[in-house]
Amino acid sequence: MKLSDLTNHAGEWLRGSGPQSEIVISSRIRLARNVSGVPFLTRATRPQRQVLEARVRDILLGAQVSPQTLYVDLEHAPEIDRQLLVERHLISKQHAAAEGARGVAIGENETLSIMINEEDHLRIQVLRSGLQLEQAWDQINAIDDALEAKLDFAFHSRFGYLTACPTNVGTGIRVSVMLHLPALKLTGEIEKVFRAAKDLKLAVRGLYGEGTEATGDFYQISNQTTLGKSEEEIISEFRLVVIPKIIEYEYHARKALINDHTIALDDKVGRALGLLRSARLMASEETLFLLSHLRMGVNMGRVKDIDIRTINELFLLTQPAHLQKISGKKLEGDVRRAARADYIRQRLNGN
Amino acid sequence: MKCDNCNKAATVHLTEIKNGKKIEKHLCEQCAAQNEGVPIKSHTPINELLTNFVMAHSGLQKELGVTCDQCGITWAEFRQSGLLGCSHDYDQFEKDLTPLLQRAHEGANHHTGKVPTRTGASGVPRKRKTVDVSKLKKELTGALEAEDYERAAKLRDAIKQAENG
Repeated sequence: MKLSDLTNHAGEWLRGSGPQSEIVISSRIRLARNVSGVPFLTRATRPQRQVLEARVRDILLGAQVSPQTLYVDLEHAPEIDRQLLVERHLISKQHAAAEGARGVAIGENETLSIMINEEDHLRIQVLRSGLQLEQAWDQINAIDDALEAKLDFAFHSRFGYLTACPTNVGTGIRVSVMLHLPALKLTGEIEKVFRAAKDLKLAVRGLYGEGTEATGDFYQISNQTTLGKSEEEIISEFRLVVIPKIIEYEYHARKALINDHTIALDDKVGRALGLLRSARLMASEETLFLLSHLRMGVNMGRVKDIDIRTINELFLLTQPAHLQKISGKKLEGDVRRAARADYIRQRLNGN
Repeated sequence: MKCDNCNKAATVHLTEIKNGKKIEKHLCEQCAAQNEGVPIKSHTPINELLTNFVMAHSGLQKELGVTCDQCGITWAEFRQSGLLGCSHDYDQFEKDLTPLLQRAHEGANHHTGKVPTRTGASGVPRKRKTVDVSKLKKELTGALEAEDYERAAKLRDAIKQAENG
């Protein structure tokens, strides 16, 4: 598999087919691991960093961990490829922008990605569509076991898995669920979700995780506590308590919109669709905003002739790196905005 | 104001005096770095600036004394970056780290959960039953009271699973 094979379709997590996929876009679990006997990356020398990258890469490509793995050497990859991987949520922004020997292994239909030399030596991630935390945990747990058979992970009898940042120590787990909450945003009740999340020691972030704003009404809810709670406890809390509650709130807000503000709702959705189908220049932020309203309209049955999968794909494929890969050339400014608008019109009108 | 070279916003303003003549240049960061060799470290995080300032003007230097004998990181360096230098730091700074960990992890200071079979073989209690059944039961009562039967059914399954597992 080559990197360019990825561009024309969305990854498994954007298929829009998983459980609760109207509201839950994706379920993500990542584990932070460090190799015993090698300093963390802030203190690793260049050769240590290179040796580690080569060693882990060989293990990952050795097929016993996961078959058909695509490995990208990020130190030498062009910027556009790194940006593409960020847009597909396969690497973090920090990993794309960093320097030195580092890489990512991608496998299992893009549900698996393993970053080497990010903040920790290894950051293993499983990303699946809809609410599939149990499946994600089974998958990542097996990968972790397979890696552990080949690598000694730094582990402490009291503190658990040791990580560069003490906020990840213990299980090293980060569970993140990406939610689409347009009705809570429109009714102004999203603040309640933020407050409840804060009380439960959960973080609310934007589309691309740490340090990003919530755009297009997408919110990523993640655990912050990693010590003193087992992986299963953290996951069940999300699966059985936190996420069902937020989904319930969002449905409640959607019902209120339909019952009490039908015209205003249809106006929002209709405007979004009208602009997306007719505009000639489209900025990426505006696209997210309009697609979000359209997605809500389709999910609430207000728009009938558009497939939710098309919208999910548009979220991904209209982003800068994807747009440039699809058109096969570098696009900037108005040229890029025009290409984006053309692509959206073509997808929505030809549907 | 726009950059003299390109259309970006000018954020670097240079005044040169050459042969008694004053020359003003207005450049963006990139052009300034490229053309004038002005090194611009943009976006220094404010906390780093403040930390550097406070460190330089207070008695905090004393704390620099605690150094990891393996990676050489000092406690002060860790506090500044938030990142440790090696696994040994967890032992080296255990006393100072413990309150910090408790603050970050809801009071906890002991790992529970997965243990690697080889490197974690000794000293840790094996995986305990991980789902808190009493908590689930309490939630089940709540769900039944709220007549949320769908959720109640899910909770019942989870309890059954936890008790059998």
